[in-house]
Amino acid sequence: MIPIAAIQIRAFDRDHGMTDSKYFTTTKKGEIFELKSELNSDKKEKKKEAVKKVIASMTVGKDVSALFPDVVNCMQTDNLELKKLVYLYLMNYAKSQPDMAIMAVNTFVKDCEDSNPLIRALAVRTMGCIRVDKITEYLCEPLRKCLKDEDPYVRKTAAVCVAKLYDISSSMVEDQGFLDQLKDLLSDSNPMVVANAVAALSEINESSASGQPLVELNSATINKLLTALNECTEWGQVFILDSLANYTPKDEREAQSICERITPRLAHANAAVVLSAIKVLMKLLEILSSDSDFCATLTKKLAPPLVTLLSSEAEVQYVALRNINLIVQKRPDILKHEMKVFFVKYNDPIYVKLEKLDIMIRLANQSNIAQVLSELKEYATEVDVDFVRKAVRAIGRCAIKVEPSAERCVSTLLELIQTKVNYVVQEAIVVIKDIFRKYPNKYESIISTLCENLDTLDEPEARASMVWIIGEYAERIDNADELLDSFLEGFQDENAQVQLQLLTAVVKLFLKRPADTQELVQHVLSLATQDSDNPDLRDRGFIYWRLLSTDPAAAKEVVLADKPLISEETDLLEPTLLDELICHIASLASVYHKPPTAFVEGRTAGVRKSLPNRTIPSASDHDNNVEATVIPSQDSLIGDLLSMDIGDINAPAPASSVIPQQHSNVDLLGGGLDILLGGPAPTAVEPATLNTGNGLLGDIFGLSTPATTMVSVPKITWLPAEKGKGLEIQGTFARRGGHVFMDMTFTNKAMQAMSGFAIQFNKNSFGLVPGAPLQVPTLPPAQSTEVSLQLNNTGPVLRMEPINNLQIAIKNNVDVFYFACLVHGQTLFSEEGQLDKRVFLSTWKEIPAANEVQYTLSGIIGNADGVAQKMTANNVFTIAKRNVEGQDMLYQSLKLDNNVWVLLELKLTPGSTEGTLSLKTRSVEVAQMVFTAYEIIIKS
Amino acid sequence: MESLFIINSSGDVFLEKHWRSVISKGICDYFLERLKNSNDVVPIIPTSMNSTNLVSINRCGVYFVTVCKSEISPLFVIEFLHRVVDIFVDYFNECNETVIKENYVVIYELLDEMLDNGFPLATESNVLKELIKPPNVFRTIANSVTGKTNFSDTLPVGSLSAIPWRKSGVKYTNNEAYFDVIEEVDAIIDKSGSTIFAEISGEIQCLIKLSGMPDLSLSFVNPRILDDVSFHPCVRFKRWETERVLSFIPPDGGFRLMSYHVTSQSVPIPIYLRHNIHLKTGEQGRLDITVGPKTTLGRTLESVKLEILFPKSVVNCSLVTTQGKYVFDQNSKILNWDVGKIDVQKLPNIRGSVTVMAGTTIESMPSINVQFTISQLAVSGLKVNRLDMYGDVKYKPFKGVKYVTKAGKFQIRL
Repeated sequence: MIPIAAIQIRAFDRDHGMTDSKYFTTTKKGEIFELKSELNSDKKEKKKEAVKKVIASMTVGKDVSALFPDVVNCMQTDNLELKKLVYLYLMNYAKSQPDMAIMAVNTFVKDCEDSNPLIRALAVRTMGCIRVDKITEYLCEPLRKCLKDEDPYVRKTAAVCVAKLYDISSSMVEDQGFLDQLKDLLSDSNPMVVANAVAALSEINESSASGQPLVELNSATINKLLTALNECTEWGQVFILDSLANYTPKDEREAQSICERITPRLAHANAAVVLSAIKVLMKLLEILSSDSDFCATLTKKLAPPLVTLLSSEAEVQYVALRNINLIVQKRPDILKHEMKVFFVKYNDPIYVKLEKLDIMIRLANQSNIAQVLSELKEYATEVDVDFVRKAVRAIGRCAIKVEPSAERCVSTLLELIQTKVNYVVQEAIVVIKDIFRKYPNKYESIISTLCENLDTLDEPEARASMVWIIGEYAERIDNADELLDSFLEGFQDENAQVQLQLLTAVVKLFLKRPADTQELVQHVLSLATQDSDNPDLRDRGFIYWRLLSTDPAAAKEVVLADKPLISEETDLLEPTLLDELICHIASLASVYHKPPTAFVEGRTAGVRKSLPNRTIPSASDHDNNVEATVIPSQDSLIGDLLSMDIGDINAPAPASSVIPQQHSNVDLLGGGLDILLGGPAPTAVEPATLNTGNGLLGDIFGLSTPATTMVSVPKITWLPAEKGKGLEIQGTFARRGGHVFMDMTFTNKAMQAMSGFAIQFNKNSFGLVPGAPLQVPTLPPAQSTEVSLQLNNTGPVLRMEPINNLQIAIKNNVDVFYFACLVHGQTLFSEEGQLDKRVFLSTWKEIPAANEVQYTLSGIIGNADGVAQKMTANNVFTIAKRNVEGQDMLYQSLKLDNNVWVLLELKLTPGSTEGTLSLKTRSVEVAQMVFTAYEIIIKS
Repeated sequence: MESLFIINSSGDVFLEKHWRSVISKGICDYFLERLKNSNDVVPIIPTSMNSTNLVSINRCGVYFVTVCKSEISPLFVIEFLHRVVDIFVDYFNECNETVIKENYVVIYELLDEMLDNGFPLATESNVLKELIKPPNVFRTIANSVTGKTNFSDTLPVGSLSAIPWRKSGVKYTNNEAYFDVIEEVDAIIDKSGSTIFAEISGEIQCLIKLSGMPDLSLSFVNPRILDDVSFHPCVRFKRWETERVLSFIPPDGGFRLMSYHVTSQSVPIPIYLRHNIHLKTGEQGRLDITVGPKTTLGRTLESVKLEILFPKSVVNCSLVTTQGKYVFDQNSKILNWDVGKIDVQKLPNIRGSVTVMAGTTIESMPSINVQFTISQLAVSGLKVNRLDMYGDVKYKPFKGVKYVTKAGKFQIRL
């Protein structure tokens, strides 16, 4: 006999299986219909089961919106779970059924008054999630009450709700005074409420259009936050720490006390709390004087938590490593003794491995290089191909960074080449080329070993590197001509970068051993100029050709010139970017190593974060050091210009690829052309190709001729005839010889002659006044005349809106006419607008971040050099140019006639017609005018 | 955090939860595209849709992918996801695809309770369990009889107190407090047996079943070896700073009290390997490995396992062991040898031949992953001194401390 209870249990098990998977057994068409009838069932239990089925379908992404009215009907219930489920459903579908959703409003409002705080909180929370305007209107009253609820659970839920509402309708939040209520919650007695208020405020800040902080952080609010920090949940701590990071203490003492109260967070079990605390401390370190004991102790305290993060889950490690990468660039001291924790374990995920490797190189120095090298050698025998490649490259970077280790690195690389593992050999050759660049005439003895591997190289970069080595050391390789010749057989099939290197290498060989390589050089020149479709290759071929035929001595000087040395650390972030990213530690920006403006849409000016400046004057020494590296020195600029086609981290450049600057005045267009074209041809060039050659040469030099003309803007109608009683004036502004000119065309469309012209300006922003009386002769009907009026800027100044607005009065024998026009910004750019590099840098730093405005330029034609040229022609001077992560950065300055300096940073992405312009000036009012001028110049 | 998608290893999105507006699961394509190339997807990837980003973790063969807008702290999201997984495990003992599918509704309720509009709401297991009861055969039956639900209708008591991790009114007939000091040795040992890198990462896991509101303080004989610690929020940091004592009101049940790192002192290595491996293309290679104890302070090495990752060119091996079984997986090229307990008198050995495919180069060196356990030993030497109990409690609890040392990422290079 089975006891009755047991039977019941078994029966129950069959009917009410323990799991939710039963909700998916029905997938037929009748499913919705079936659910509908179940939802309308009288039985409570059946109803609930039905709603559960609906939720389960929703969870997997099925559309069950058709059941909306039936589900809403279940809402009026005292069963909390059922209510909750209905709420869940509503949140998902209210948007698609706004009219139906309104049915639920009454219940919401009623629930907000419920005696159970759980229900009050649930109602206000759900209402906030329903993004339907009609519902939002009803939300205000209950929300206001809930923000003052006696129960902290309700208050903290309501705080979040304000942020939700702001997302739906920011104006409503502002009008209804919710922001002030939210700010009041910062002083709430319950730390959880404070934390949520902080979180809500920071989210509102983030999305607010102005980007201006809603709450001014002062010592009092900071104190409140620091108190709440100790008591709230781990998540709340993250929000509070992130807010604290935006505060700049007024002096060192305050900074110290904040530090002291934050350091305990470094021992928190939650990695997010730890990293946010590190962010705040890194920022405060800027304010503390670097030689104080306090600073030293604090720096010491930062290392252990960072190390701890590396023993967490792989995902946490990854974020930590990306941040550590920034931290070691900013403050190398913090982790200088922790090299070992970055050693790679073979079961680390690949993304962790690659990051660790990067940091190892950054930390490498003379004292630990032996250890690092033996590790790298281990890695080079691992399974993961990407990782192995990077490890081999890392050995090369060590050689370049730590000079005493170079020899060891080279021998390690040679050992690796002996393994004959194809991709290892190829990577090794690429980095050995860099080592040759860094230490010329030191390791050439290994060339023969390299040459043995010539046949196995199948990757363009490795082939190009090998060819470069052969060309560079042609005089030491007996069979260099044979080797290069063997490459020429398949010239057409080679990758472009290999072709370019072959061309250069053969020319080098010819210059070094002219006697027996004439045939070879002619062969390669004809391959490059006649048989190739690649314009770069053809152009380079023609240049060599002309050089060789005009003046072999000059050719030697150019092609075999000393190359600038390559720098040690090549992939450091630009210091200003680094400082900005330090402010964003723990955020996405720190993972992408890009400022938020680069990947967050709708970010506008004024929200760029910067590290605080220490006010203590003793800091100036240190600052000078930083300055020196912000803008690349002249040497590295040349290095940039010369950078080779091989897109390598170290970008070593054979000087021969571009004519070095010191030779740029060699007359390339001179008589030499005749020799090549008309004179006894040194090679068998057919007349037909001569023509193309001619045209091509023209192109080359046409491109390189700087555009010396200023932009001219066509005249527009300033005064139409109907308003000028028959007088029509068209005009524009131009700059000639350091003066602004107003060029006008006067046309008489009236029936009688006009005379007695005179002109007067209203007071304007730039103090422009006519430099001479207006000289317009008597104008017969249907005649027009051109007038050019020189302007001076000695007049009275009055701020106009827009800034370049100019109001003009013209008088003639008929009447006085008033009109307004805009002075073109570029005509106000002074010829003396070039700033010294250092001055540029210090000025850029001095101008507060609030005076920075950003703008997106579109329709940019041509590359950075072309743009720079155009700008120079219009008195916008390029101070420096550099390439950061594939983007060209132009640093430019200009001076307006009224001595207002404007500093600009123009970021261009090759291949894109858009660019980002950041402008800093003490008078931001001119920004818009400058932007417009840029648009005009760039599109010219 | 806007939305969460849960994806299985074959790339099917089988659960979605939206905390703000509904986002199409098409956004997961950015993730799936990368999943095709490698199982190790970078945890944070940008998408080109409204400047959103995908932050993901991978646990138990399931990917948790969240859609995040704008500037968030990725660690915040990652830690939250880890917490989600912990809670799932807490509720259902496991967290795999089957379990999630079987508990859709509870999971959906949990996710909704844990996060509101991107702000974590209740993430402490104590609080959640009061709000949403874990599934349980008997409760379901009882509910169906009494008409109750597994959803609580009162506000959880602990959720707002200064100690959110503990609920009030806990009652036990047997009051017990257990502490497990678990230490893992992470090490990289080179060919010659010298230590390249070693550290100990330890943690103290507690199981506390005490009635009322006990206030505990735990002291150590030698707290100075702990220089890098992180604590459960319940630990009073001030007391630790000044007195090196762990003072706390514990959560109810199991939790991790603290974790720590020991790197400063020289880390004792409990195990050694004598190995002789020769691989040569087209020939029979040789393999001979002996395992023995090193610094174990007289304790026995147990559950010893070796995992040897061979280069791709290795085809097969034929080996003999003196104890334990071995398996060679031809696809992954991994040799697993389950050694078991090590008897000092008769050291375990494995030897035999390894076949390398002819005509291939040996592109990488094998490396060995070692696992072991030593009970009754904390290899760092950490020792608990005493546990005192304060607060308004009137019973004498049973107290227990256990030590165990394990291999963490313990790797030997050949």
